[in-house]
Amino acid sequence: MAAPPHASHPGGGIVTVAVDVTRRGGLARLGDALFLRPGLLVFLLLLPPLLWLGVVYLGSLFALLAQSFFAIDDYSGRIVREITLRTWAELFSLANLDVILRTAATAGVVTIAAALIAFPIAYYMVRYASLRMKALLYLGVTLPLWSSYLVRVYAWKLLLAKEGVVTWLLDRLHLRWLLEALLDTPVIGGPSLAVSWLGMFIVFLYMWLPYMILPIVAALERVPPSLIEAAADLGADPGRAFRSVVLPLALPGVVAGSIFTFSLTLGDYIIPGIIGTSEPFIGQVVLMHQGTAGNVPMAAAFTVVPVVIMGVYLLIARRLGAFNAL
Amino acid sequence: MRSEGGWGLKLAALGGMLFLHVPLAIIVLYAFSSEDKSFVFPPPGLTLDWFAVAFEREDVRRALFLSLRVAAVATLLAMVLGTLAAAAVWRSHFFGREAISLLLVLPIALPGIITGIALRSAASLAEIPFSFWTIVVGHATFCVVVVYNNVIARLRRTAPSLIEASMDLGADGFQTFRYVLLPQLATALLAGGMLAFALSFDEVIVTTFTAGQQTTLPIWMLNELVRPRQRPVTNVVAVFVIAVTFIPILIAFYLTRDTQSAAGSGK
Repeated sequence: MAAPPHASHPGGGIVTVAVDVTRRGGLARLGDALFLRPGLLVFLLLLPPLLWLGVVYLGSLFALLAQSFFAIDDYSGRIVREITLRTWAELFSLANLDVILRTAATAGVVTIAAALIAFPIAYYMVRYASLRMKALLYLGVTLPLWSSYLVRVYAWKLLLAKEGVVTWLLDRLHLRWLLEALLDTPVIGGPSLAVSWLGMFIVFLYMWLPYMILPIVAALERVPPSLIEAAADLGADPGRAFRSVVLPLALPGVVAGSIFTFSLTLGDYIIPGIIGTSEPFIGQVVLMHQGTAGNVPMAAAFTVVPVVIMGVYLLIARRLGAFNAL
Repeated sequence: MRSEGGWGLKLAALGGMLFLHVPLAIIVLYAFSSEDKSFVFPPPGLTLDWFAVAFEREDVRRALFLSLRVAAVATLLAMVLGTLAAAAVWRSHFFGREAISLLLVLPIALPGIITGIALRSAASLAEIPFSFWTIVVGHATFCVVVVYNNVIARLRRTAPSLIEASMDLGADGFQTFRYVLLPQLATALLAGGMLAFALSFDEVIVTTFTAGQQTTLPIWMLNELVRPRQRPVTNVVAVFVIAVTFIPILIAFYLTRDTQSAAGSGK
């Protein structure tokens, strides 16, 4: 089915096709040959995507990994092409562990907050919204998901600026003191929301929220309403039914969503660079080693860190049944 | 049984939806702001002038056309590769079938920075200079899976008997593809293509590593974010980018509305 349809049948209908049986060209015979050997057909179909993704893409990934076993010469700054574990030993320095821990902790906090905000939206969508409302809400969640990443970051830069909307709104609500108090708090605070951990946290939360909502919706849709009625019949009050019936069944959806929110936060370097503090994230350190420092082996070794963290995360997620909710 | 739901739940859902949409609305408002030095809110006045200024700008136009060209070519490549992969995986059972699905998802499952650095270092090892085509290769790599997801979802809903009937009536493999399978796939392909286009048009992380000195529209935006010089022009470009990405997504949504979540959930 790979080749363009050269056999010209302007009529197009099945009748025309059927009449043509008598004058079959080489192409038609090729088609028959392929139909009779499905193995060959599958091979030919797969060849271009496999060459692209399997050779070019995977090849690039492995070439990158291989370079992590080279090291940079401290004096000349050149990459020495000899197999060594020196770069890997340097990866586990205290400063780097600090970066890794900070990134993973932020990803964890963002994930928990996203789950807390996403659940009511998803629950409302599935259990209470009318069909029309549900479609509208679904579009309302999907559109921000697909709209421009940079524009959304930019929007938050405007919102969080010192003279921006958030400050204006809090002024109107006479809550300015709350903002000042939060900004004065060590670790999460900073000179203004636009350059603080708190601001970065809000932006991450905003960016990845739709990724959390959609899997929870998918999981909740699979909870039959009769189960909840049965719980009520058996004497459970709504709160109890929610805790003992709905929540356990929705948990795989939450875990599935958390895969996205966690992994996206882990790999991001633009948001911490634009909104965050001067303390770097994994992605920024990778970028620094690859770019200004010219230490490609170290950048390569560092890229393995989020992959390993996500690998462990996915193993746990699979235990919790998250893959059925994706 | 459909009750109203508590006020608390309603408020929480409403609050969440506002959180998702107010920032985009604010961006649109700022594009009309007459204040050009700061992000003061509320804007002191409204004007259309910045639209004219933005479209006069040579650098913006050049970045826009580069992005459109890259997205068009990358989408076409992704449509071909994604359809081939979907057709191969559909209804066949071969060794490593699961691995193929994983391989297709990998470029969007891995953080973009890894894909970007891998492609960049591979290009420098192979001594390939940066060009239009290095950007396209990067984009097509992560766009394939979007087309694949849409096409395989449609193929799974296509009755195999249709193809058998066509073959019984004497059509060869190519004719069956052209007259039976392709019309079935058309809207799914188009939806996948639209989403791939939106994904490519907006991509910045992989592009940073494969573009060299070239400036796509997202790279232009990123430069403005890091070192703001032209706030009003950036606001207008942002609104323009929202429009260019929303339209294909709405079309894709419309095209796949019967298939339930084939279009949007795959990013």
